[in-house]
Amino acid sequence: MGIAVPHNTLRYSIALVSAAALAYEILLMKIFSIVQWHHFAYMVISLALLGYGISGTFIALFRERLLSHFSLAFIANMVLFGISTISSFVLTQQIPFHAQEMFWDPGTVLWLLAYFLLLTLPFFFAANTVGLALSYYKKDISGLYAADMIGAGLGSLSILILLFFFYPALILQIIAAVGFLAALLASYELGLKSKKSLLLLLAVFLPFMLPDTFSKINMSPYKNLSQVLQIKDTRIIEERTSLLGVVTVVASPTIPFRHVPGLSINSDMEPPAQLGVFTNGEGMSVITRYPDSLEKLKYLDDQTSALPYHLKKPDELLIIGVGGGSDLLQAMYHKVENIDAVELNEELVTLVRDKYADYAGNIYKRPNVNIHIAEARGYLSGSKKKYDLIQLSMVDSYGASSAGLYALSENYLYTVEAFRQYLRHLTPGGTLAISRWVKLPPRDSLKLFATAIEALKDEGMHAPEMTLVLIRSWQTSTLLVKNGIISEEEIKSLKLFCEERNFDLAYYHGMQKQEANRFNILQEPYFFTGIEGLLKQKGFFSQYKFDILPTSDERPYFYHFFKWNTFSEIFSLRGSGGLYLMEWGYLILVASLILALLASIILILLPLISYRKQKSTSKIFGKTKVVVYFFALGIAFLFLEITFMQRFILYLSHPLYSAAVVLSSFLIFAGLGGAYSKQLSNKRGDIWAVRSAVYFILLLSIFYLLSFGTLFEYLIALPDVIKIAVTITLIAPLAFAMGIPFPVGLAYLGKESPSLIPWAWGINGCASVISAILATLIAIDFGFVVVTLLALVFYLLAFIVFPGKNE
Amino acid sequence: MKKYTYTLIILCFLGTFLHADLTKEGYDKARQSMVKTIKKETKKTSRYLGRNTLDKKVIDAVGKVKRHMFVPEKYRVNAYDNRPLPIAHGQTISQPYIVAAMTELLDLKESDSVLEVGTGSGYQAAVLAHIVKKVYTLEIIEPLGLKAKERLESLGYKNIEVQIGDGYYGLKSKAPFDAIIVTAAAGQIPPPLLKQLKPGGKMVIPVGSQFYVQQLVLVKKDTMGKITIRQIIPVRFVPLTGGH
Repeated sequence: MGIAVPHNTLRYSIALVSAAALAYEILLMKIFSIVQWHHFAYMVISLALLGYGISGTFIALFRERLLSHFSLAFIANMVLFGISTISSFVLTQQIPFHAQEMFWDPGTVLWLLAYFLLLTLPFFFAANTVGLALSYYKKDISGLYAADMIGAGLGSLSILILLFFFYPALILQIIAAVGFLAALLASYELGLKSKKSLLLLLAVFLPFMLPDTFSKINMSPYKNLSQVLQIKDTRIIEERTSLLGVVTVVASPTIPFRHVPGLSINSDMEPPAQLGVFTNGEGMSVITRYPDSLEKLKYLDDQTSALPYHLKKPDELLIIGVGGGSDLLQAMYHKVENIDAVELNEELVTLVRDKYADYAGNIYKRPNVNIHIAEARGYLSGSKKKYDLIQLSMVDSYGASSAGLYALSENYLYTVEAFRQYLRHLTPGGTLAISRWVKLPPRDSLKLFATAIEALKDEGMHAPEMTLVLIRSWQTSTLLVKNGIISEEEIKSLKLFCEERNFDLAYYHGMQKQEANRFNILQEPYFFTGIEGLLKQKGFFSQYKFDILPTSDERPYFYHFFKWNTFSEIFSLRGSGGLYLMEWGYLILVASLILALLASIILILLPLISYRKQKSTSKIFGKTKVVVYFFALGIAFLFLEITFMQRFILYLSHPLYSAAVVLSSFLIFAGLGGAYSKQLSNKRGDIWAVRSAVYFILLLSIFYLLSFGTLFEYLIALPDVIKIAVTITLIAPLAFAMGIPFPVGLAYLGKESPSLIPWAWGINGCASVISAILATLIAIDFGFVVVTLLALVFYLLAFIVFPGKNE
Repeated sequence: MKKYTYTLIILCFLGTFLHADLTKEGYDKARQSMVKTIKKETKKTSRYLGRNTLDKKVIDAVGKVKRHMFVPEKYRVNAYDNRPLPIAHGQTISQPYIVAAMTELLDLKESDSVLEVGTGSGYQAAVLAHIVKKVYTLEIIEPLGLKAKERLESLGYKNIEVQIGDGYYGLKSKAPFDAIIVTAAAGQIPPPLLKQLKPGGKMVIPVGSQFYVQQLVLVKKDTMGKITIRQIIPVRFVPLTGGH
């Protein structure tokens, strides 16, 4: 049993299954971000990956029976993977789970459990194939590990290409077919009867014969898009899919959209006709029908975001996140001469520029308007231009920002480093204007204010508090950061602007308390006193009931306001509607971690029951050491991978490309490292291999930590292709080394006590799940440097417990 | 066979238990306990609402309306819990405390004529109907509005008029109103509605998502026609500590 080394065909089949499983994971994340919400998708899918841990336990418990029918078990799991990818998805769509209800009705947690169990299945089957092969061909662990990793790496690249061209439904079919194809390949290698192979061949085509309705996605009825579609005569007139999600355009001829965030109540103008635009069913923005005269755009001057135009007319303007073009129309109303506008989502731009060009008055094609499809900071890094005004308004969606669901997603637009970059692109006297939905009690506006102060100080400004202004309506707030001191003249204009529109002053230098809180009256002038406290009061940040500390690239969690010492107070307020104050995103993350830990403990302990009966296990590589070694490796690998993903997101300035490039590079080069590991340990011994890999990882990571800042500064303006090449070159040696310890350890176990192989495989699977969640939690509270350092500690720990051959 | 019979009996029992409608007395009792909860929560949040207790008219009204008739059957057991509940079409019926607080903030008189935008289940309109002379309510989602109309009629509410339509323009033919309540997700405060508010009138708008109200926006028009807005966080929560 398990002496032979498999042919390459078997490795290919493993690579195929691993590719399909990783693609499936990313696809699910995309689909569930449409169906439900991002944070929910994140939680369910990261927990579903426990399928890997469950698989390890399963094989460990039934090892003998499974290995004595290896061929059958191996192929069956591939087939089951193929079947479950589709069936699990279809079944989840029947589950009436709505994330928002969860906190009112604990019973809905059962539905969540059903979600989780269904989604675990495909990963369980995929993991079984790898786990079984590792146990059976224990002489070829490095080759199989390499196949698994390289396959996963290619899977992460392929899914991005697939998502670019196809709708999710077709991709789901392709993934299932790949599962069957893998089974077909394996059947060839394992000498299955030709009749059965023929059946497998047919199965490859089976997913494509499903009726169209199988993939019907049931969007949660509480999403903005579902809500809007309830209104009479509304209809979807355009739907486009891209890596950034599904963009939907909705027309509502009978009851028009009138989307003007923060409109003054003194304005009685109705906006021109609008088309609603939704991304993943949320975050409504609009494309406005271009009116016959500019005067009809006057309503745009009655938003808080219009304030900077009243202090000083800008000639050079930069709009960040131009979307459907409302900010551009506002600028046109104010007859700005030159406008640069940045938008990350290309689909949004093409809608306004091409498909609805006439409707929108060809605004994106005007000679004085330059549209850049880019991420804002990436664009600024490559530009030397200076602006009189940088306008950043409503760049994220209302629902998500208000319900605190974004806590766990990074945002690099509102960090100290980002502010410094904006400031450097302002002309003397130029202004940065940031508008956001108002949250009560104030959180994000105070955090922005604190971030601005920090950035201004870093830029050497002596009196930062004299360059800032904050105003609010009942719905939105606008923060101005001027490259220079706000003048008396400007303060006069500011007061007039607010007075005419019933907006409230929240801060300007020298403002008196009685000037605050006059039109949109709060119980206390929370905004004014908040800023006063922030500027003057010692220990204010720790006293405030929300986390409003400035964010940095190191801790880019702008939406994280949660504080543990406020938790019980808020929870006790649920009877009077206080639950909205809870930051769900963070709590869900903590809950996921607890669940993952509990499940892991059970999964790791369970096989010990059957191992107790065996006497053959090694004394040198004892069970405790096995747990520590493979657990530490699982944690460390993902910690490093996740930190580098963060760093490169900024550098490559496109979150999706960078995720794809970084993830696939890590997996592929780790796979190559794994393939080479056998040679290395044969030549130099196991302990030498692990030691040199760990030392190399340590040195290189520390070098990267120290030098990334300077390195990126020099390299950021390079063309994208070269930046991607640089990224791959930097990752390659690190990932190569990171790919060595796991297969060396597993191969060693294969020689000493092969029955522990599936157990180790499962432990590593559990650790990976915990690691992904834990990394985010640590980064939120302590920053990414700490995550990196912890990764290194775990690598060292693994090295210390590894017994190696020469002992 | 015997084994199965027992299982069947147990299952039936469980079935009736889970889907059981409470008796009339059971609902009445649940309703009274809901009223108690509302009173308690009001006391806790008095600083924010600007009053210690609810007006007797409001208490009587929430104590009378059969909330369980406004929620889908499967939620009837929870009808008097102090929580929002899903009705159809991705809509919800608000948390009872919020309904009471909003009604309270309008300072209604018996002779008043009130406009509601966003009928939903019709529960809020029913509460209002116990206090004022006439309630006009507009619903944008047709099937929802028709259902509410039918429900309110069958419950015998004669002073409520349900209409299907765009709330933005209010109801010009019946204007002006002493009070307006906008329970629909309002992107803005519609100017035509402000015009349909009598001098001295009040308008209240809950802002937030279906399951969480984040603030109550109270718009007042004084006798001179001047508008002020109060933004009320309906919870007892002071963001600052220490010397504030």
